[in-house]
Amino acid sequence: MKRNNIIRTMGISAYIAFIVFSFVVDFTPGKQIFKNFTAFSVDMLKVLPCAFILIGLFEVWVKKETVEKHFGKECGIKGYVWAILLAGTTVGGLYVAFPVAYSLYSKGAKLSVIFTYVGASAICRIPMTIYEASFMGMKFTLIRLLTSIPLVVVFSILLGNYLEKKNYEMKREK
Amino acid sequence: MRYLYIVTVIAMVFSLIADWRRTLKAIKIAIKRFINILPAFLIMLILVSIVLFLVPDKVISRYIGSDNKLISTVLASLFGSITLMPGFIAFPLCGILLKKGVSYMVLSAFTTTLMMVGVLTYPVEKEYFGIKVTIIRNTISFLIAMIIAITTGFFFGEVFQ
Repeated sequence: MKRNNIIRTMGISAYIAFIVFSFVVDFTPGKQIFKNFTAFSVDMLKVLPCAFILIGLFEVWVKKETVEKHFGKECGIKGYVWAILLAGTTVGGLYVAFPVAYSLYSKGAKLSVIFTYVGASAICRIPMTIYEASFMGMKFTLIRLLTSIPLVVVFSILLGNYLEKKNYEMKREK
Repeated sequence: MRYLYIVTVIAMVFSLIADWRRTLKAIKIAIKRFINILPAFLIMLILVSIVLFLVPDKVISRYIGSDNKLISTVLASLFGSITLMPGFIAFPLCGILLKKGVSYMVLSAFTTTLMMVGVLTYPVEKEYFGIKVTIIRNTISFLIAMIIAITTGFFFGEVFQ
């Protein structure tokens, strides 16, 4: 872990040095890269604070038993339906889905439901889906949804059960 | 996006009224988790900024618009996997490509891998799922995206042309 941190710090330092250098000598690619960086940072900062506050509220208000009942070992098919609906309302993208998934996991949701949630939040966020249909047509979007949702659920169950057998655990908070 | 803010504010107000101590605890959890994952996000943003420079929209449009459908589909899925683009950029781009005659199958390969396969989100994902599961999950996602692309091509009558 320590060595990784050193590599990480060196990488970040090299990047900063490169950007500063690019601005000093007016190196266009470097400036373009920094522009990309700020554009994406701003995009994420619009979403992440709210997402983490909601996660925090979820952590203190939602009881473990509630999550276990609806997303845990005995949830049945309903758990997957809820996971997909929750995914539909997720904003941002995968990078928001991961911390939410972690929160659900720590409250007792089972792995196959977690993977369903993560997969579904990539493919069926409602605003994105509407946007997609307006550019690509309803037929395109419908084919995509009807193919992808069952596949995501099936593969999530396979992966979840396999990892459950292997006693896999998501990383614990440091 | 706006509804996220509305929901957050409403949730906060209710939480504060119900129990301000708990709300404070919630905010502490939020800050702690956010700070914990911040380095991973920083790495991700650095990778995104570099990859988007190396593979801009123009390059993607040029390569996935070729006549050979198989090659285009493969390239589209690779571009989709290694880049990260918000929907409000990706779909208009695909709309333009569609009008130019790029097939639905190719565009499906591109958009689906874009959504599902996260090479650039790897630094963040591995912090939660670990390296092994992150790789497995993304490989499965890539397979699913391929199946979706082929199905799309089939329904639009593009596969056997």
